[in-house]
Amino acid sequence: MEKEEISGYRHQALDALRKAGARVGDKVKVEREGEAVEGILMPRTQLGDPNYLVLKLASGYNIGVKVNGRAKVEVVESKARPPGAPPFAPPEEKPDLPLVEVIGTGGTIVSRVEYRTGAVYPALSTEDLYRAVPEISSIARVRARVLFSLLSENVYPPHWEKMAEAVAEALEEGAAGVIVAHGTDTMGYTAAALSFALQDLPAPVILVGSQRSSDRPSSDAALNLMAAVRAAAYGPFAEVGVAMHEWVSDEAVVIHRGTKVRKCHTSRRDAFKTVNASPLARVSDGKLTMLASEGFRPRNPTGKVRVKPRFDPKVALVKFHPGFNPEVIDWYVDRKYRGIILEGTGLGHVARLCYSHLRRALDEGLFVGMTSQCLWGEVRMTVYEVGRELSALGVVPLGDMLPETALVKAMWAFGQVSEKEEVQRLMLTNLAGELSSRILL
Amino acid sequence: MDVDYRELGTKVGIEIHRQLDTQYKLFCNCPTHLTREEAETIFLRRLRPTASELWEVDTAALFEFQKGLTILYEADPKTCCLVEMDEEPPHDLNPEAVDIALQAAFLLKAKPVEEIHVMRKIVIDGSNTCGFQRTCVVALGGEVEVEGRRIPLQAISLEEDAARKMEARGDRVVYRLDRLGIPLIEVATAPAMTTPREAESAALAIGRALRGTGKVKRGLGSIRQDLNISIRRGALIEVKGVQELGLISKVVENEVRRQLGLLKIKEELESRGLKAEELVFAPVDVTSLFQASKSTVIRRALASGGRVLALALPKLAGLLGWELGPNLRFGTELADRAKFFGGVGGLFHTDELPGYGITPQEVEALKAQLGLSPLDAAVLVADRAERAEKALEAVVERVKEALQGVPEETRTARPDGSTRYMRPRPGSARLYPETDIPPILITPERLERLKAVLPPSPEQLAARLMERFSINRKLAEQLVDSDYLSLFEKVAAEGRISPSFVATALTETMKSLERKAVPVDSLSDEQLYGAFTLIGEGKAAKEIFLELVEEMAAAGVSPEQALERLGVRMLSMEELAAVVDKQVKEHPELLAEKPEKALGRLMKMVMSQVRGKADPKTVAGLLREKLEDRHSSSRNT
Ligand SMILES: [Zn+2]
Repeated sequence: MEKEEISGYRHQALDALRKAGARVGDKVKVEREGEAVEGILMPRTQLGDPNYLVLKLASGYNIGVKVNGRAKVEVVESKARPPGAPPFAPPEEKPDLPLVEVIGTGGTIVSRVEYRTGAVYPALSTEDLYRAVPEISSIARVRARVLFSLLSENVYPPHWEKMAEAVAEALEEGAAGVIVAHGTDTMGYTAAALSFALQDLPAPVILVGSQRSSDRPSSDAALNLMAAVRAAAYGPFAEVGVAMHEWVSDEAVVIHRGTKVRKCHTSRRDAFKTVNASPLARVSDGKLTMLASEGFRPRNPTGKVRVKPRFDPKVALVKFHPGFNPEVIDWYVDRKYRGIILEGTGLGHVARLCYSHLRRALDEGLFVGMTSQCLWGEVRMTVYEVGRELSALGVVPLGDMLPETALVKAMWAFGQVSEKEEVQRLMLTNLAGELSSRILL
Repeated sequence: MDVDYRELGTKVGIEIHRQLDTQYKLFCNCPTHLTREEAETIFLRRLRPTASELWEVDTAALFEFQKGLTILYEADPKTCCLVEMDEEPPHDLNPEAVDIALQAAFLLKAKPVEEIHVMRKIVIDGSNTCGFQRTCVVALGGEVEVEGRRIPLQAISLEEDAARKMEARGDRVVYRLDRLGIPLIEVATAPAMTTPREAESAALAIGRALRGTGKVKRGLGSIRQDLNISIRRGALIEVKGVQELGLISKVVENEVRRQLGLLKIKEELESRGLKAEELVFAPVDVTSLFQASKSTVIRRALASGGRVLALALPKLAGLLGWELGPNLRFGTELADRAKFFGGVGGLFHTDELPGYGITPQEVEALKAQLGLSPLDAAVLVADRAERAEKALEAVVERVKEALQGVPEETRTARPDGSTRYMRPRPGSARLYPETDIPPILITPERLERLKAVLPPSPEQLAARLMERFSINRKLAEQLVDSDYLSLFEKVAAEGRISPSFVATALTETMKSLERKAVPVDSLSDEQLYGAFTLIGEGKAAKEIFLELVEEMAAAGVSPEQALERLGVRMLSMEELAAVVDKQVKEHPELLAEKPEKALGRLMKMVMSQVRGKADPKTVAGLLREKLEDRHSSSRNT
């Protein structure tokens, strides 16, 4: 408990605070060489210099104050929560609107700031969603549940399985659509995973995130969430989509197809792009417009979702590059991996010196698929000799499938079937829009 | 008005903001100048208040949100990158700006903090794309001396300048991103000044210290002063955006006068026995009385489907017309609230009616419909019904506040030194840490390094100028207090023009132009340098410096263009000689005079014709030659 109360402090600072019996939130006075500074003790990041206290001055500003052996710390006023106004009531629900379930997995689509200490808390209850984005109450009835609270880089295949099951449960309970709130970094992978794990979807499943954290007034979270709720409640499609800003303006959100979407920018609101296809839909001015040029799987209210949630993580994504050491391939073979997705150059190439290592992998029964690091366009291993040679070895060209989607699909395929031939068949079958039959300009 | 400000318990605090002349912005590598070019990119944003942990939303923040503001941003790649667009996290706090702020801290005897923490200050009017301004305290304490009194300072901070508002119409506002992120230094005093003069002098002293860093920008918009003013029994009023130093004392005088006026109104209301319960929001639709009105405001409102709503204000007859300051009556205060909360154009009150096209008959009918007694007043708003209602609701609230005296609020300064209602005073606790930027340690080594290169004090600076350029103390001190010190040194060091002339030009001449409301602030150092170069090269006469600068500023042209527009250029020696010749010939009687006297009189006559087109020294030389010629030739004949 005590650890929490003086969180982040170490060494001299921690000693001084312990001696004074000070806790985060207390008003403390630090005296050194005849000078005194007073302020509310704030938490400190673990990475900072350990000999400083962070104080919030009366003006609201924070400063760092050095504590050395001679500094005297004393508590002036013990933490007292300032009496606040009662929380405002969330808007009322409209009973005849469709029901949308929002499954929280980590991305803080809604958060609150404790201005006193600067702490940011995720807000995940249904009431919190309504209070933070009251507009959604006029679009649908929303139920929020928290499945995980994960930074998206910590989402691994077992989490996909749980997510798929949670989504299926919500659909079975009658949700008109399901939203998965997700950190953006690996949202594309999860979207692909759910696209394969949720078969015969009857309704839309929309992943949503934010590129600017929801603790700032300029966050993109609210608009993305509103669009996601609209798409989940009314979208005429029954596919997995990702709802994010179309551009840097707070005007339009596009719904990207889960197997065709990729995060293409570290920070922009419109970081997510649909590659080699048009997005599924656009939501702007409170209207949803379908865009999918290749058509889409229609909503089917009487349908029943089939969950195929198993993933085998023993598949690797390997990027070829000049100077690539082909022993990397052996490493995976030695560790009994079942598949390798290559991210080759151009139309789908790797250096000749990889051949013998690939041959060994194929001989050992691994599935080896080829994607392109160009991302845009499809692999075509018939144009150059290298491509033909690789094909002859048994490397399988994966069309215009995104490398990440191919990886996830292979993990899923090995979770479903064990024969390499079966896996190969699944990999080459368009299951969820991951393979384009035509690529348009 | 003779006012004993100290007796009234006047307290004034100042926040001075100045842009820093750094190479880069505070949190990215964009330049720190503005652009006039058309924006390449325009994007739209909406801001919403961030909830606090208890779901209380800060009142001011919520308010802005409820206005349903659509914010458009103009982005130009020369002056803004993804950081200003809030499409990329901020980079590290600009070390050059920190160094300047630390030097300012030394000059103001403030104590640098040991570790800087960048904070987010919530501002959701759109002036910052993030919905908050990044700001940090760099030093605490410090003081300036004003007329023998020590005025304590509270803090010296660095913050990012806001985006530039280009246009605001209804619920749509357009900002340009070029200014966003330019470093601002902020110096805040304690509310320790007790008279208008003291406030102005303190601002002057702080401004002097900031200029002392040699790294503050000058020119329009580079300086901004906010005041907080209170008197005993009055209230703390924040006045934003005082652009000129010379306006500070006037703003304080006017605000004290306004607060005294409001206290008098409170007394009067008490003596009339007005109770808050009597002030009820019960608007009456009186549209039918004004169907044939001649008032353009009313006719326009009715034509676009609006209504005329009236509200009775019991026991307020006569008070709405009470003067609270120049162009400011109690009725104005009500109107400002109506405009702000209802978005209406304004209101009419019975103290000013009949008038504005509203006839005595209409007023009588109104009074009859509302059942007003002679002691009562009423206000009228003509607009869309829901706007008019919101406006009248705000009026009732404001009158209720009058029973308490002076309401706390944020006001905005006008160029004439008066102030008008701007918005409610924001609550506190709108600061939280900027987690994208780690704390910055200020090491003792850094402080030592900066102390070693500390710019000289204003006194030292003046002494140096006097010695180096042989100018008098008054000019030297004026230069130190001006924004033109570095320009002066550059021009004077070239040695082509007398330093005293350059100093006078940059101080007294510029001031006289300012008094004439010539926008000299818009002139860059380069433009002014160009003007001096024309003089130094003999292409323009010293005498036309004032006209030249006036033309440059007024027409926004280069020195060369200004010279051409003025139609003045220096006469060639031949042309000048011809003028001199003519004058000498036309006044043969002067030859009889003593040579010095003749020279003096001719000089006057010639100069009256060639002022600004010839150097007086050259004229004198030519005249001397001519006179000698004539003398010798007359002796020869
Ligand atoms: Zn920038």
